[in-house]
Amino acid sequence: MEHIVIIGNGISGVTLARHIRKLSDKKITIVSAEADYFFSRTALMYVYMGHMKFEHTQPYENWFWKKNRIELKKGYVKQVETATKTLHFAEGDTLQYDKLIIATGSKPNKFGWPGQDLNGVMGMYHKQDLENLEAHAPNNEVCKRAVIVGGGLIGIELAEMLNSRSIPVTFLVREDSFWNGVLPKGESEMINRHIKNHHIDLRLSTNLKAINSDENGNVKSVIIEETGEELECNVVGLTAGVTPNVDFLKDSGIEIGRGVKVNRFLETNIPDIYAIGDCAEQHEAIGNRRPIEAVWYTGRMMGETLAQTICGNKMEYKPGHWFNSAKFLDIEYQTYGWVFGKNGRPDYEQHFHWKHEDDTKCISVAYDKNTNEFLGINTFGIRMRHEVFDKWLTEKRDMDYVMNHLSEANFDPEFYSRFENEILQAYTNQLQTVS
Amino acid sequence: MSNKLNHSMSLAKPDALDISNKQKVALSAGVIGLFILALALFNTNFPNKALFLTLSLGLIIGGIVVYSREAYLSKLEGIKNDGVWFKSISSRGVWGWIVGVILTTFYIVLYFFPKYLGLGTDGAENTGLISLFDPLSHLLSGRNASQWFVYGTLYTVAILAFGYKFILKYRHNRYQQLRTISVMFFQLGFAFLIPEFMYVMNNDLPYYDLKSIWPLNYYIFDEWSVNGFLSNGNIGIALLIFGILSIFVFTPILTYKYGKRWYCSWVCGCGGLAETAGDSFRQLSSKKMSAWKLERWLIHTVLVFSIVMTTAMVYTYLGYDKNHFWLTRGVFISLVIGFLTIVFAAVMLFKRQELEKDAKYGAIGFFIVISLLLIMHYTGTTDHLFYIKAGALRSAYGIYIGSIFSGVIGTGFYPILGNRSWCRFGCPMAAILGFQQRLFSKFRITTNGGQCISCGNCSNSCEMGIDVRHYAQKGENIVRSSCVGCGICSAVCPRGVLKLENDSMKGRINPTEVLLGNDVDLMDLVNQK
Repeated sequence: MEHIVIIGNGISGVTLARHIRKLSDKKITIVSAEADYFFSRTALMYVYMGHMKFEHTQPYENWFWKKNRIELKKGYVKQVETATKTLHFAEGDTLQYDKLIIATGSKPNKFGWPGQDLNGVMGMYHKQDLENLEAHAPNNEVCKRAVIVGGGLIGIELAEMLNSRSIPVTFLVREDSFWNGVLPKGESEMINRHIKNHHIDLRLSTNLKAINSDENGNVKSVIIEETGEELECNVVGLTAGVTPNVDFLKDSGIEIGRGVKVNRFLETNIPDIYAIGDCAEQHEAIGNRRPIEAVWYTGRMMGETLAQTICGNKMEYKPGHWFNSAKFLDIEYQTYGWVFGKNGRPDYEQHFHWKHEDDTKCISVAYDKNTNEFLGINTFGIRMRHEVFDKWLTEKRDMDYVMNHLSEANFDPEFYSRFENEILQAYTNQLQTVS
Repeated sequence: MSNKLNHSMSLAKPDALDISNKQKVALSAGVIGLFILALALFNTNFPNKALFLTLSLGLIIGGIVVYSREAYLSKLEGIKNDGVWFKSISSRGVWGWIVGVILTTFYIVLYFFPKYLGLGTDGAENTGLISLFDPLSHLLSGRNASQWFVYGTLYTVAILAFGYKFILKYRHNRYQQLRTISVMFFQLGFAFLIPEFMYVMNNDLPYYDLKSIWPLNYYIFDEWSVNGFLSNGNIGIALLIFGILSIFVFTPILTYKYGKRWYCSWVCGCGGLAETAGDSFRQLSSKKMSAWKLERWLIHTVLVFSIVMTTAMVYTYLGYDKNHFWLTRGVFISLVIGFLTIVFAAVMLFKRQELEKDAKYGAIGFFIVISLLLIMHYTGTTDHLFYIKAGALRSAYGIYIGSIFSGVIGTGFYPILGNRSWCRFGCPMAAILGFQQRLFSKFRITTNGGQCISCGNCSNSCEMGIDVRHYAQKGENIVRSSCVGCGICSAVCPRGVLKLENDSMKGRINPTEVLLGNDVDLMDLVNQK
């Protein structure tokens, strides 16, 4: 019986294993050094905030794996020997595979800051990071202030976490407005104000210079690059993005760029070895997507696709229209299609922006200024229906159609106030002033 | 991992936010209010009962109101679940157990030993706690209070005060606000005030909470109740007909249009208490597969019990004599069997596919009921059914289901089993509505394409123990008989994945293996069945 070994028990690896089990009788082993059972990384923040217990982040009960004959092995893979198809573990033992899938995800970026390995400096990615945070920031007496470095999705989540325990937070963001490489100006600025409303000390255009230690090797303070100011703190969160977690493959002969290089069939340069999820890097980007996509659902989709290939139905990885979502403190964000912020916006892309007077809801709709084709939408504080936008993008609807049919796409709970008329009004007015 | 269950005696989140001074004052006020009730319970004879009762209830309500305002209005609108798994009271800690024990004891005394609450028997004056409520009872209906009046008052106070808290907690969510106002209205009007006023107008009518529908209201077809209605002319007959129409006509229509939520989380008193006073305990319901299995066996067993019990009750007081009344025992038993058979046949005819292997259990259940009814009919004597005294069956149901299950376990165990354990495991009304919701209703919780990130907030907050994430992460709509449509899963979802909807029956149940956003070819390949 063919032995499929998957390194990594995140969403990619686990989805792959489940789908292989549905399609075949192959022997499946999932290897992980992080946790005994699959858990949802996205939910770690809620454990610290007390919304859930760690066990609630596990989507499957513990009996699930045995019942579906998916073997779980806890261990850290130190080396992959491709010639003999053997994995060597840090614990000293080995494991033979017939097909190997690398689904090891990411690790937090560190940019060589002085003091970046001190006690109390951490990312917020692994289960161990959460344990570490619990140890260093259980409350606002042990942790009198935390400094977060890097204004992205994980940074703002970490700020929300610490805020939930009344720990003062200083949030250092390199850009001149929160996440404005990705978000258009109006939205990014609204989130700036929302962050400040939560009494988080947001410092824009501010970089970290160094982290200072006390006599025990614990964090004592940070130094700000621009001003030289010293901020006393007990915890430093490094949330300046993530990198594929592939160091253990250095000498394996598997081609590595930033991540594991794969083709559209998710195959590496070595036969019978594949890579999926955050750690996979496409030779060429797919559409407007990045070569490495550290997104929950792309990991899941790669797992689904590769299961077909491994079970004899060779299939290319072809993600559909781009979409994503996040939550910035109390404001939900969804995006469908492409809406560019500062970075990489094509010349032909123009935006219509509407913001509610309460400053917690807004939308940006991107369209082609030459053809008027609808390109994508960002919504804040208003939920939209994925299915409808997916359809409109496929049908290449124009801007007027989308603006006039926006109510069909609304996904807010029943009895919520609706803003389609107000939005349409603003859209019509704006067109008149433009023309 | 964060096993930060702090079983200290702290009511607040232990490591971070202490409650504010204002909240401490509010908490003290509430405790003093409760203390007055406790003094009354131990037979303190207050000089001016009306004053002390007002003081006590006022302090309790005021305490809850001030506490909640301080807790929610001092922060921005949004989800307010910080620390629920840290607080002792909402994570089965010491306070959780203490409250559980107090509530359970209260229910046992209420149902089985009302004299300890001070109920005056054989015309004697009330004493103790019950006598404290005499002034209010006199005001409303001109009679002395009973243990049920005390219970009803406290129940209503709890729904109103904690309802206010809930409305503040979800002040960004109009669905939550409206349904809370709805349960507060139905509790205060239909369960509490209207029955009192009905008594004033016509004191022969049996107590009737119009919104409490058979089989939840298991005594409505009892002999004393039916006789009460029949001996009160048109108004009595109208009420009896309303009771029958409620379950056979209104309920199916409303459930078809809106799902069982129209009742369970908008109208029902049990649901009302669970959603307001019980809100802090919703995360405690078990999401295990084994709990779901237990639920399905238990709730349907109770349903069978209640149908057989009610049929048997009505059967005993119907005469054999054809001339006495058109509805004889024979006619009645035929009607019941006929009705059940029509329902069973219709389900098997139209919904056999959806039921899959449950169809077998359904069929077994159906034939057990029919056999029981036939055995009853052919072995029954004037006062014995199933070879036991007819009344014994009714009192067994009343004690084990009506009192112990719904009250003692259902509410007393809020801090241990979660706030909907009666609704989930025991309520026969919920079983009927759920059966219909699963098979003939436009209601579902729609999942939003591929947006789910499997975080589990939805499952965690489901008071009915539904593993909502299991469906959401597959992009599958949630069509479950137990869902009461409280909408909290949708509220807490950080990615906007869930929406409660009434839409067409077609495509309501949509099992998918691969979600929207993926390669279209793969979706077609895998999702085709």
